[in-house]
Amino acid sequence: MISSGDTAWMLVATALVMLMTPGLALFYGGLVRSKNVLGTMMQSFICLGLVSILWIAYGYSLAFGGDVGGIIGTFQWIGFKGVGNEAGPYSDTIPHLLFAAFQLMFAIITPALITGAFAERMKFSGFLLFVILWSTLVYLPVCHWVWGGGWLGRLGALDFAGGTVIHVNSGTGALVAALIIGRRKGYKTQAIYPHNLPLTVLGASLLWFGWFGFNAGSALAANGTATLAFFTTQVATGTAALSWILAEKIIRGKPTTLGAVSGAVAGLVAITPAAGFVGPVSAIIIGFVAGILCYLAVLLKERLGYDDSLDVVAVHGIGGLWGALATGLFASVGASGLFFGNAHQLLIQIIGAGSAIIYSGIVTTIILLGLKYTVGLRVSEEEEIQGLDVSQHNETGYAIR
Amino acid sequence: MKKIEAIIKPFRLDEVKEELQALGITGMTVTEVKGFGRQKGHKEVYRGAEYQVDFIPKIKIEIIVPSAMVDGVVQGILRSAKTGKIGDGKIFISALEEVVRIRTGETGDDAV
Repeated sequence: MISSGDTAWMLVATALVMLMTPGLALFYGGLVRSKNVLGTMMQSFICLGLVSILWIAYGYSLAFGGDVGGIIGTFQWIGFKGVGNEAGPYSDTIPHLLFAAFQLMFAIITPALITGAFAERMKFSGFLLFVILWSTLVYLPVCHWVWGGGWLGRLGALDFAGGTVIHVNSGTGALVAALIIGRRKGYKTQAIYPHNLPLTVLGASLLWFGWFGFNAGSALAANGTATLAFFTTQVATGTAALSWILAEKIIRGKPTTLGAVSGAVAGLVAITPAAGFVGPVSAIIIGFVAGILCYLAVLLKERLGYDDSLDVVAVHGIGGLWGALATGLFASVGASGLFFGNAHQLLIQIIGAGSAIIYSGIVTTIILLGLKYTVGLRVSEEEEIQGLDVSQHNETGYAIR
Repeated sequence: MKKIEAIIKPFRLDEVKEELQALGITGMTVTEVKGFGRQKGHKEVYRGAEYQVDFIPKIKIEIIVPSAMVDGVVQGILRSAKTGKIGDGKIFISALEEVVRIRTGETGDDAV
């Protein structure tokens, strides 16, 4: 029976997750040079439109409608046929349509996360095609595996709010994208400054706020599990902000604001799969490790020299991987991890994250190489110097008049 | 007539202006500039990326004075802009061929 309490909460949670994508646009927008601020924000923002259409057309059905061999859904809900205000099948207390809307917001932000890897050099047309193909061929299957009745869910993989489906998945896609699209012109030879860090702080704050919908909403009800997820999200995130700047202080000498907000996002990512399965003290440990680990991953990127421009791999890939494994270590509420007597759970988590990495890695490679040799991925060198705002959209973010 | 250009530390601008006004200077042009001399820049860190910032913000003052006033003005700038630390800046003095006041068409010292 539909519960008005659960429905009210899930409507709010859905709106909170929606807000994360514009939050991400601000987070990324502040990190690029001023000539690319609109082009970068646009890549996140337009996913709100593009993925919504895909979701209704066939996306929701392929992710959540029925099952073919544990791999993918069916076409039974194509065009949202049969998806209405009746309860179920994924929750007995909220309308089916609301569940589909909540899941849509996750499908929107996942490809938007990847845009940080190819910031400041991707052609808008190539980008749109990439989002359509990646959402269809990578997001929908992996989402189905874990949440839509697919093989990973049946195996017992724990992913409370999308550590594997969203963060490991997009982080892997980001690594492939950074490698195939190549470095920005001037990377490592000239200084490339973030043009507006206050915008980035605002974006990170909106991400944090929206993430309460993301994690606590994943309980699909206004109940104790949602409350636990809400609380673990808060402490893991705060701890990770601190541990990132602690690592910075030790390694580089000064704690930075960008470090604090990057650490917060790393903490949000890491607690995502664990949010409803762990206690508050475990959440502190998960957050603490996330802040340090993701910072070290950023430093490693500098050593390796690939241009994952806004550190999607380090924050979402590594943070997501840590979160997936940490869930297998610290789970104690409604499931048990290694530290609570169930070593098998860790093995399942490794299989879950590992298969997402392999699948996303291979399919993202095929998609990007296919686009590279047909419509093209990069803007011309002249357009790159001019900036995406003028070259892709005929406008500029800031005008002095 | 001489043109005096002084590169100074930005936080000394008010002192320099007051000192020169006290000497009877009636106008100046001020520009925010960046550059480097012997003073080292600083390091900026954005996540993993570390940048050495070599160009330091400075203020450039331009004033035009009758030749007789040059020594006084230079002494005034020295008094007001000097901190004794590296990076205090420099003063450049050059000969100036002509000055024209646009409103009246006056030239030479009358136009300064």
